[in-house]
Amino acid sequence: MTSDRWIVTVLGLLLVTFIIWFFWLKREKGTRAATTSGGYQEAMILVKGGYTPDVIVVEHGKPVRLNFRREEVAVCSETVLFPDFGKSQLLPTGKTVAIEFLPDKPGEYEFSCQMGMLRGKLIVE
Amino acid sequence: MTLERLNVPVKTVPSAERIRSIEAALAARDGVARTVVNPSLGSVVIDYDPARTRVGALVEAIRDLGLTPGVARVRLAVKGMTCASCVTAVERALIETPGVVSATVNPTSAQADIVYEPRVVEFEGLQRAIEASGYEAGEVPAASDEAIDGQERERNQEHRLLMHKFWFAAAISLPVMIFSYADLIPGLREWMPMGSAERRVVWALLGVFTLPVMLWSGSQFYTGMWAALKHRSANMHTLIASGITAAFLYSVVAVAFPQWFPKQALAEVFWDVSVVVVALVVLGMALEVKAKGRTSEAIKKLIRLQAKTARVLREDQELDVPVEEVLVDEEVLVRPGEKIPVDGVVIKGSSSVDESMITGESIPVEKHQGNEVIGATLNKTGSFTFRATKVGKDTALANIIRIVQDAQGSKAPIQRVVDQVAGYFVPTVMILAVLAFVAWYDVGPDPRIVYATIVLVTTLIIACPCALGLATPTSLTVGIGKAAESGVLIRSGDALQTAKRLKAIVLDKTGTITQGKPALTDVVPSASFREDEVLILAASLERSSEHPLAEAIVKGAGERGVALTEAEGFTAIPGHGVSGRVDGRDVMLGNATLMKARGVDISSLSADWEHLAEAGKTPMYLACDGTAAGLVAVADIVKPDSMSGIEALRKMGLEVIMLTGDNRRTAEAIGRELGIDRVLSEVLPQDKAHEVQKLQLEGKIVAMVGDGINDAPALAQANVGMAIGTGTDVAIEASDVTLITGSLKGVVTAMEISRATMRNVYQNLFGAFIYNTLGIPLAMGLLYPYFGLLLSPLIAAAAMAFSSVTVITNANRLRYYQPQGGRV
Repeated sequence: MTSDRWIVTVLGLLLVTFIIWFFWLKREKGTRAATTSGGYQEAMILVKGGYTPDVIVVEHGKPVRLNFRREEVAVCSETVLFPDFGKSQLLPTGKTVAIEFLPDKPGEYEFSCQMGMLRGKLIVE
Repeated sequence: MTLERLNVPVKTVPSAERIRSIEAALAARDGVARTVVNPSLGSVVIDYDPARTRVGALVEAIRDLGLTPGVARVRLAVKGMTCASCVTAVERALIETPGVVSATVNPTSAQADIVYEPRVVEFEGLQRAIEASGYEAGEVPAASDEAIDGQERERNQEHRLLMHKFWFAAAISLPVMIFSYADLIPGLREWMPMGSAERRVVWALLGVFTLPVMLWSGSQFYTGMWAALKHRSANMHTLIASGITAAFLYSVVAVAFPQWFPKQALAEVFWDVSVVVVALVVLGMALEVKAKGRTSEAIKKLIRLQAKTARVLREDQELDVPVEEVLVDEEVLVRPGEKIPVDGVVIKGSSSVDESMITGESIPVEKHQGNEVIGATLNKTGSFTFRATKVGKDTALANIIRIVQDAQGSKAPIQRVVDQVAGYFVPTVMILAVLAFVAWYDVGPDPRIVYATIVLVTTLIIACPCALGLATPTSLTVGIGKAAESGVLIRSGDALQTAKRLKAIVLDKTGTITQGKPALTDVVPSASFREDEVLILAASLERSSEHPLAEAIVKGAGERGVALTEAEGFTAIPGHGVSGRVDGRDVMLGNATLMKARGVDISSLSADWEHLAEAGKTPMYLACDGTAAGLVAVADIVKPDSMSGIEALRKMGLEVIMLTGDNRRTAEAIGRELGIDRVLSEVLPQDKAHEVQKLQLEGKIVAMVGDGINDAPALAQANVGMAIGTGTDVAIEASDVTLITGSLKGVVTAMEISRATMRNVYQNLFGAFIYNTLGIPLAMGLLYPYFGLLLSPLIAAAAMAFSSVTVITNANRLRYYQPQGGRV
């Protein structure tokens, strides 16, 4: 093989390794929801190309209130789903929408947009 | 000191002892002269001095005493507010209006949120208060309407923007295409030959034109990619953005540093790829936005059903008020041709009402005193007054909308699998594209760098995660909406997918197959009596009774048009029957024990009695002046469409099972008549869930159809629980499916729509899956060594753009699906 082929091959494999590391081997350190005076564990989530923060840590047995604020018009992120809690919510652009539920069992619960392109995780301890 | 009177309606009426303490507590307040709690009207009347206390404080005081004041909430649009101080002025003007409990004005939305006592201040009064403070007041569209319109507006904006972007990209792509393929065009070929200075300048200019297309028309790809990268995830935007950027960069290098390429022929430009891909994908996105809007047509229809105003009776005056202001227990008037505003019970008048928009049943329903009416249905012929029982968020329509919205957002189990795939999809495609590039560069034909770049770009662009992601949710949205239009509420995607796999369906007999109410079926006279004579005697006697069987006999007599007379000396003999005098004759109606005890010879009728009992009916002996006069039989009759419904279910390949508490002979007789496959008889109500479980242990996936109250455990046990709706009560928790129509036809419709929807989901998933598994290897050039087949990036862009549109269009096809509803 010529040297340019070697360079392309090595660079290609490095790129593949980078993709795997970047997208799949990310560690998750979630954001812990703050407990309010009303007894709710609250967190604010910005919806713009993704959920920020996208990993929320809460305690089980206490009601959770997640305030979603969508700041884009792309139709993709219009709905947020919590399939494990049977919740779905339309998120009008520029409005803060609260979703409330009571996680009673510890575990990891995913939430996503309707197409599953935007994803987040709720870690219940 | 002038006193004013405040009349606050309260929801629950307190007990007599509480009334005294409430009155005392209120009267002790500063500024309150006198308090009367009126339990019959359900209101608290307070005479107060407006100089010393306010309505809001009094209402709060009532609330503090444990009563719920009947207050309404309304939002008004306020125009002309320019500063923060305006907000305070409007708020103050409202709060100082008698009857207003609280008022908050939001300056950004320019809306006032007002909680007030509808009986103290009218809607117009609130508007006047705002206007008096120097601003304009207007109506705010109903909350739900507003959300829908807002969503629609957003979509239209998005669509318009995308179309602008498309036209811009399309306009640029024309010259770019022409000059990129100059070698193919006579004249141009000679004017700007390969390697000439002209060619280099033209190509550089094309690059300048291409840049705004990428940065404006394609801006969402870059912003989308960036937003996802921040979360270390990737999506469709990532693929398109990296694809067009790769093509662009190659071209830039080719124009700026042609000497870097070993041969001049390699210094080609791919401006056309960047521009055309952006144009096509943006067009696809625009079409997708439009098509996606149509998938939620059904829910929009439901939301728009809501009546806007109601005519209520307040202090003997007819008042037109916004529907949000109607209070529970208020009397509402409805004229012919008007929409019924909220749920309630008819108290005066009668009419026929078109309930098709809620129940899916096209035949108008007769409504008399005591009948339930459903909000948003259409009054056809007569005028009537009804008492509101459910308003606002509690109405059947509001519940239906909520259930449908939740269900449309829910996921079918199959979607979870797709979600797993989706998480790995985009990075995998990126890896494949890189590997394809390396392979083509290392072992591909010359010019290697050109082929490798084309393959990289094509692979990135053809992959369509959107088609895969959209496949299930769009079909579910359309299917569940379609079901709701037919009066079938499917509560989740889970229920929908399970309904398709059902093997057996258990029908509770009473109330599901039958009316659930006894009706007169047979009158058998003995030798010396006529049939109508027997019926007159029995019905006249039973007129004084309140037993449901008695009611059935009287109603049956009425339907058969016989004239009844008065009975004297009516006596009920508990557990046996009744006796009395009709037309001067001694009449008894009851069971054999009663007849034997009174020495009546019933042997001539016993064969008929047996026959009727065997058919599942309840026969009763009638004796007149000590001799057997005949038999009167009542039975819970089968609903008119049960038979065709059962037949339709069997044709769908389901085992139809009837569940009943009746004895075996009776149950089997009915089962045979209706063509039921299997009869489970003598089942105690508490054992219904257990019977369902036994069927499940046979390895069957079982649906249970029953009412939502008595059958709740069985509904919950079944794989799919279908509750027969009872009027306005649609939010039946134990069920997966609620049938508003209350007929077996609804079960058939539910099954048909589930099947059609799941078929649609599979078509979509199959299409999206096949598209990607064929498209990606093709784009990578796997077929090139065998067939010399290589995909152009332009074709890939077109395919990608239209694959997701195809998926949504296929889902929208479901909107035109017509359930057969048991018609066979």
